[in-house]
Amino acid sequence: MTSQPNPPRQVRAADAVRLAAEGYRIIDVREQVEWNDGHIPGATLLPLADLASRVGQEVPSLATPLLLHCAVGARSARAAAYLGGIGYTNIANLAGSLADWRAAGGPWDAPEQLLSAAQQRRYSRQTLIPEIGQAGQRKLLDAKVLLIGAGGLGSPVALYLAASGIGTIGLVDDDLVDESNLQRQVVHTVDRIGQPKTASARVTLEALNPETRVVEHRERLTAENVERLIAGYDVIVDGTDNFDTRYVLNDAAVKLRKPVVHGSIYRWDGQVTTFVPFAGPCYRCMYPTQPPDELAPACAVAGVLGVLPGIAGMLQANEVFKLLLGVGETLAGRLLMFDAMTTEFSEVRIWRDPDCPACGMASPFLVAQTEGQRQEVPA
Amino acid sequence: MSSVRIPPVLRENVGGQRSVEASGATVSEVLDQLFAAYPALGARVTEDGRLSRFVNVYVNDRDVRYQQGLETTVGPNDTVILLPAMAGGSD
Repeated sequence: MTSQPNPPRQVRAADAVRLAAEGYRIIDVREQVEWNDGHIPGATLLPLADLASRVGQEVPSLATPLLLHCAVGARSARAAAYLGGIGYTNIANLAGSLADWRAAGGPWDAPEQLLSAAQQRRYSRQTLIPEIGQAGQRKLLDAKVLLIGAGGLGSPVALYLAASGIGTIGLVDDDLVDESNLQRQVVHTVDRIGQPKTASARVTLEALNPETRVVEHRERLTAENVERLIAGYDVIVDGTDNFDTRYVLNDAAVKLRKPVVHGSIYRWDGQVTTFVPFAGPCYRCMYPTQPPDELAPACAVAGVLGVLPGIAGMLQANEVFKLLLGVGETLAGRLLMFDAMTTEFSEVRIWRDPDCPACGMASPFLVAQTEGQRQEVPA
Repeated sequence: MSSVRIPPVLRENVGGQRSVEASGATVSEVLDQLFAAYPALGARVTEDGRLSRFVNVYVNDRDVRYQQGLETTVGPNDTVILLPAMAGGSD
């Protein structure tokens, strides 16, 4: 090394900034992942391990003035020594950190930070999925999902939505936790029997993810309150236990253009679909007429296998993620049915009914709406 | 013979079976034969001899409302599905 005519110079950050401004070619010898977290604009990424094989192509002239840097100056010192050894004549090495560079007024390109460091750790297994990434996780963190019912279907849905970082989960339920609920309503616990279901669910969800805001709506969904309840949310998850509520919810959701993820269960059987107003059929398109009560008993009357709302709820949660992320294909236009006794899944197609009183050609809700309008969820 | 899938709430009317066989060239003929074999089922889902409106009928995955209604043809390998709405979820 001592024989080099022009050995690399070690320069401080302030001098490095000046050299860069003078037109020195900036070589970043860090790794791609480090580069992704931020880099000097105009720099060439040439990781140390690739230097020998690529530098001749990237920097053909040995006289090119070079400014090398890495994260703190150690790797780039080795790179500088190597380049000097193979004949580059004008090499400066930033003997300092990139924080020093920025403090000295050096230009810097940083990607927009969508997630905090804690969020990046917590959600890393799903942000690794290409269809989600940090941008998708940001959408989930900003999303507001309303669960109608904090019981059989609502429990598994709420657990997985909270775990994955849905920002706001609203719970509509006026019921109290009963001992007979615990066989399937896994968000509640023995010590919370007698408490409002919304309050009990909130304890579990906040323990699972303190970042998720849980909004309690301790009331039954009615024609009077439905629009107020759903207006501030992006997606509605229907896990109610009676037809009246389902029709009331449907009509308001069509009116306010809210997608509804539908689930229903009976003993060993479940049905799941997704209603996207005016893009696919609605609940009234699928079931224009409700059966008499004796043919539509609630779980309290008919009984239900504990895992059944779990299975249906997981499928509903899956639909919620796709709706929020805008990826994949939802169940819109398809009714998914499953039979836990035989472990069989089947589908029938459902169409928009042109005569549907809610979303058909004579729909009263076809008047212009402000689509995508988001309102604040009342505290 | 076509197979007819019986929804859980109606199975007690067909001896607990999940699926029963019935023959006929149209949905109407298949249902007539089905209700003749299982009068209790017919009593549950018909009014004045006509299929009640709360029961959706599919041939394979297609709703007969968007085909030829009860005159929709049924082949020997087709599956007819009777499907009333299901209510349960929360409580």
